[in-house]
Amino acid sequence: MILNMGPQHPSTHGVLRVLLEIDGETIVRIAPDIGFLHTGIEKTCEAKFYQQVVPLTDRIDYLCPMTNNLCYALAVEKLLGLEIPPKAQWMRVLMNELTRINSHLVWLGTHALDIGAMTVFLYCFREREEVLKMFEMISGQRMMTSYFRIGGIALEPPLGFFERVRKFADRFHEKVDEYENLLTGNPIWMMRTKGVARITAEDAIALGASGPTLRGSGVDFDLRRDMPYSGYENFKFKVPVSQDGDVFARYICRVRELRESNEIVKQALDGMPEGPIKANAPGIVLPDREKMKTQMEALIYHFKIITEGFAVPAGEVYQAVESPRGEMGYYVVSDGTSKPYRVHMRAACLANLQTLPKMCEGGLIADVVAAIGSIDIVLGEIDR
Amino acid sequence: MPLNPAITDLEKLKGHPAVACLLAWNPAAVTGIKFDRDEMTIYVDRSNIREACALLRDDAECAFNFLSDVTCVDLYPSEPRFEVIYHLLSIPKKERVRLKVRLESSSLAVESLTSVWPGANYFEREIFDLFGIRFTGHPYLRRLLMPEEWEGHPLRKDYPVEGYR
Repeated sequence: MILNMGPQHPSTHGVLRVLLEIDGETIVRIAPDIGFLHTGIEKTCEAKFYQQVVPLTDRIDYLCPMTNNLCYALAVEKLLGLEIPPKAQWMRVLMNELTRINSHLVWLGTHALDIGAMTVFLYCFREREEVLKMFEMISGQRMMTSYFRIGGIALEPPLGFFERVRKFADRFHEKVDEYENLLTGNPIWMMRTKGVARITAEDAIALGASGPTLRGSGVDFDLRRDMPYSGYENFKFKVPVSQDGDVFARYICRVRELRESNEIVKQALDGMPEGPIKANAPGIVLPDREKMKTQMEALIYHFKIITEGFAVPAGEVYQAVESPRGEMGYYVVSDGTSKPYRVHMRAACLANLQTLPKMCEGGLIADVVAAIGSIDIVLGEIDR
Repeated sequence: MPLNPAITDLEKLKGHPAVACLLAWNPAAVTGIKFDRDEMTIYVDRSNIREACALLRDDAECAFNFLSDVTCVDLYPSEPRFEVIYHLLSIPKKERVRLKVRLESSSLAVESLTSVWPGANYFEREIFDLFGIRFTGHPYLRRLLMPEEWEGHPLRKDYPVEGYR
């Protein structure tokens, strides 16, 4: 029998359609069908100035906007050969790890809800709300933050921001303990996740899986540690790895990542350097408001950047960062003008979704929901 | 940090393990090379791409065991019009390399990598969908993102940003 699941199924986290060929309760074949959320962002990027692409990158993956901002900014900075001041780098790391916490909290809440544990959802969204309020405080937006700029970050963090993050980070371990009390060791949770939707390390690598989906299968690889960017080499953190390759392994990897991200946030707060938040690159980075109103040159630069953008030397760059879901990559090609010739986003979810047939075939229908939740898909990123 | 000029001289880049590996196998397979902004690009002849990838994956020195990304760039109106771009990653060596295949608009087909990495499946379908390049040997070459009955390939440069109305 062929069963159609989605695109309006609550556990598909958006608009994923999955075709299931079933024999009783057992799955014979499974085929994901995607593209319902395709908005042509890559095509749109080609018609925008480099700086105008930043807000578009938020909308690819709405759960981790800053990771996408960072990846795009790093790619263009590499094309330009820009050096970023230390404070901007540390702020980027700080915001990225808060984003990771935000994204993992949504994942944990919805994943538990899919499997039938409702309380966790309410607990997770309580903390997520606090993170979103911090985003609003720093960028004026809760979700589509667009806080990073090519050459640095948009604004100095407002007064009281660091204290608020500190207060959150100091208490967050207890909150993760609360989630774990509800799930880790809970017999129902164990039965639904242990040994379900297994995938081996070889299969995961061959299918292009990355992030917790790969680390859940025992591959110890994290771009933040192994190919550091944006000053991640200054931070000490562990990369959680689990050997089992099942839903529980991916769950435990992400929950431990929550704690590690919190540690990075604390380190970033402790060691936050002083100094400028934007690179010294007139003609690329917008001048300060104050300077713009008092200095002729600054006004000219401001006018030129806004009206005609800035030219980027011809070339191509592939920049990858570790997003909450895996390897997020931006491939940017410049032809020497002020608009990108081509922007390609390597979506971690698109590759991760390919592991779904391997995980589910031969398993039970009810476990498909657990498997989809465990690879943490965001359809905006898959369809772009 | 000022930009260093790109190195395109094959002699100077022979020491890179991926280049050495490909040259030792078949010197005719490497049609060009570029080292720019700390990133290595190797132009590979179209007929050799699948074997070249399998070789780089299995070679102990290179161990490019992970296919990060496959994408395409349309250089309209110049010829060869399309470049198919493969980003390989070596998880054990923590290295990246970019392979490129140039395609003339008269024959838009290249061998599929799905037999080397099954994960190439969606990436190649996406390129087929948005650029109209055929991947021979692909198990299920259908449109991925656009509707089945869609006309044209939206990421081509001669396709308007607003679409056809």
